[in-house]
Amino acid sequence: MARDPVLEFTERGIYCPAGGFYVDPWHPVDRALITHGHADHARPGHSRYLSTTGAAPILRQRLGDIMLETVSYGARLRIGDALVSFHPAGHVPGSAQIRIEVAGEIWVVSGDYKTVPDGLSEPFEPVRCHSFITESTFGLPVFRWPDPAEVARDLNDWWRDSVAAGRTPVLGAYALGKAQRLLSMLDPGIGPLLTHGAIETATSVLRAQGYSLPPTVAVTPETDPRAHGGALVLAPPSALGSAWMRRFGPVSTGFASGWMMLRGVRRRRAMDRGFVLSDHADWPGLNTAVKESGAEKIFVTHGYTEVFTQWLRSRGLDADIVPTRFTGDEAQVE
Amino acid sequence: MIRFAHLFEALDQSTRTTDKVNALAAYFAEAEPLDRLWTVALFSGRRPRRAVTTTELRNWAAEAAALPLWLVEESYPVVGDLAETIALILPPPDRLSRRSLSGWMALLRDLAGQPEAARRAAILQAWAELDTAQRFLFNKLVTGGFRVGVSQKLMTRALAQATGHDAAELAHRLMGSWSPEMTSWERLIEAEDGGADASRPYPFCLAHPLESAPDDLGPPQDWRAEWKWDGIRGQLILREGRHFVWSRGEELMTDRFPELARALDFLPPGTVLDGEILAWDGIAPLPFAALQRRIGRKSVPKKLLAEAPVILLAYDLLEWQGRDLRSAPFVQRRALLDRALSGLPPDAPVRPSPLVGFDDWQALADIRTEARNRQAEGLMLKRVASPYHAGRKKGDWWKWKLDPHTVDAVMIYAQAGHGRRATLYTDFTFAVWDGDALVPFAKAYSGLTDAEFREITAWVRSNTLQRFGPVRQVKPELVFEIAFEGIQQSPRHKSGIALRFPRMLRWRRDKPAAEANRLEDLKQLLDPPGT
Ligand SMILES: [Zn+2]
Ligand SMILES: [Zn+2]
Repeated sequence: MARDPVLEFTERGIYCPAGGFYVDPWHPVDRALITHGHADHARPGHSRYLSTTGAAPILRQRLGDIMLETVSYGARLRIGDALVSFHPAGHVPGSAQIRIEVAGEIWVVSGDYKTVPDGLSEPFEPVRCHSFITESTFGLPVFRWPDPAEVARDLNDWWRDSVAAGRTPVLGAYALGKAQRLLSMLDPGIGPLLTHGAIETATSVLRAQGYSLPPTVAVTPETDPRAHGGALVLAPPSALGSAWMRRFGPVSTGFASGWMMLRGVRRRRAMDRGFVLSDHADWPGLNTAVKESGAEKIFVTHGYTEVFTQWLRSRGLDADIVPTRFTGDEAQVE
Repeated sequence: MIRFAHLFEALDQSTRTTDKVNALAAYFAEAEPLDRLWTVALFSGRRPRRAVTTTELRNWAAEAAALPLWLVEESYPVVGDLAETIALILPPPDRLSRRSLSGWMALLRDLAGQPEAARRAAILQAWAELDTAQRFLFNKLVTGGFRVGVSQKLMTRALAQATGHDAAELAHRLMGSWSPEMTSWERLIEAEDGGADASRPYPFCLAHPLESAPDDLGPPQDWRAEWKWDGIRGQLILREGRHFVWSRGEELMTDRFPELARALDFLPPGTVLDGEILAWDGIAPLPFAALQRRIGRKSVPKKLLAEAPVILLAYDLLEWQGRDLRSAPFVQRRALLDRALSGLPPDAPVRPSPLVGFDDWQALADIRTEARNRQAEGLMLKRVASPYHAGRKKGDWWKWKLDPHTVDAVMIYAQAGHGRRATLYTDFTFAVWDGDALVPFAKAYSGLTDAEFREITAWVRSNTLQRFGPVRQVKPELVFEIAFEGIQQSPRHKSGIALRFPRMLRWRRDKPAAEANRLEDLKQLLDPPGT
């Protein structure tokens, strides 16, 4: 007898008929399981939310007074006829892949993930399954991340050199995840770390959760940059080149993203420095994750879906593109 | 090669001119002479002979990376550069070579003409010994397209800083046909400049655009005006009984314009003229379309020579009787030029470009409106007392062009850009109305801000009607104001017209597609209004 698939791809997002819930839905639903707190995954308006304990404080901070249940990594929950558990995705602190089992058939929604440990996020954990839903943000063989230790060295060198040249280094990074990862890579021995309000908010939430982060100074209208000589400033991409930056006098701008791998993108950003650092899996990482899932069916979403699907098929895997209404600028998503 | 890679990284990373000059100067001060020489050669557009085709490179790279060729091909448009794509997909090197830049250049030179197996083995081995940054440069050297955002002017400044020589003199030394194989650092840069090559041109003096009316330039009598011709800027050199024709891009064009050889019959050796090469009907320039037939042809069939003969309309005299005149004031050079060219027969391939007389700026503004009827793009203004500068120096030469034509058009196709803009839709095809149909008539890819391109890119993604490879057909909704310099009939185009230098002036968010211009509006511009 034909059964419903464990998950369906609908207008509102990924849906589990056996459990009556959605994963990272785009439109308001009754019950939403959330992989992590980034805005393209955790949207407002759902009646009930479920996330990991680690992701919850950020969800509350970003979405306000929501009805939110939490669960630890690895703990099994029964929702309707589905057995659900959350497993580390290594993307940002608290982020998860969601494992969904219905009548012995296992699907995994990986959300956003990276396979290399970043020292802050709970490291990615391969989860065996029958069907694996993978992102493909960097699903081309040109993306192969350099050793993060080398990137850390470049970052700290740039900090020192900028200060020596009389410029304040201003580093652009997404407020949740990337910013804290950078904080943990920067050497506080060089000087103070100043943060833009949006970054300070997420940082203090994570710090309160017990993630080990160096001390930071939030920049307010009263902040006198001269009182913080030799500082490095962390700001969200939107603040780079804005009036907000003027207070720091002559600056050297940097940006940390996987897209900085491409010379064309580096030049388009018109930054002084680009650092290759991503919270998504690179090409080897995607391939490893697919392999280690042991899945016989792969669904590809979010990124170079067509090419990565075709590649997996050429390797003898049963792969398909997740139909999606995603139309944003790929380069803007991180 | 490691040092060269560091230099490249420093140049590529910085957007500040002083940083670039300092990085170059530091490199010139410490690198080996032969590496320096190659660096100057590469940065001034001199490329080695190509030893390998890009098809071979793609195939070998796919093989070395153990990837199917189609995947390499799919990655290329995202990266926007083949050399970079290949550098990125190859597995990390197993050891690092210490070979110098000139060492790699010698290896590439020796590869040319060898059988495929030998060339393949050498390239694969090179890739296995270079890190990503060096591999990218190596691939650039192999493919020969080396552009790094270092202008000749910037490089000359750095050379001057590193060697203590005068920048203008260095610029002159670097002109013309030389290659690292024919010369040495000592001969090119350091030695007394005695036995220079007879073909060597002078650096062109370039004008800045005049953005407003010339009233601020001071008294009109300090200035001379000429027509700004719509041809090819060229330098005609007559030395030692031979002649050479150089383009502004420092390309030797002697064989393309054989007519100019006859200048040797009328002018003495030791003469160098700066002027405009134009297709000429005996009295006036032919439309640019005629000259276009000559551009890009290395040899010219007799029929074409008869239909579109060229002359040089000379506007400056840089050398006379073997003497460099560039430091003399413009009026003096101009007087000498007129004397040198006076009394030449009408079939001589060189004539003086006439001066345009005027008493006050308003009178000149009125004259400028006639430029299109004379096949000119506007006027040139040159200060009476000005020397012939090397390169672009603000203040003494101005180009005062006519305002461009404009038309409001609908975007119908979009294509992603290359390089810097590989992730954005920046190349658009535009259409105007012909009855109820939209006919494409122009392509353009510049003129908007990055923020606008990003917004349009998001729009293109959600308003695609059909995809043809990298091209997307989009809903005909967005209207843009397109500027262009000229228009001509073109049976090859569906619209029957072709534009010169079309570019986007602005995004007309206020205009619905139905209010875009019509093909008739464009065709009206075809016949210049009678005088
Ligand atoms: Zn995310
Ligand atoms: Zn995401």
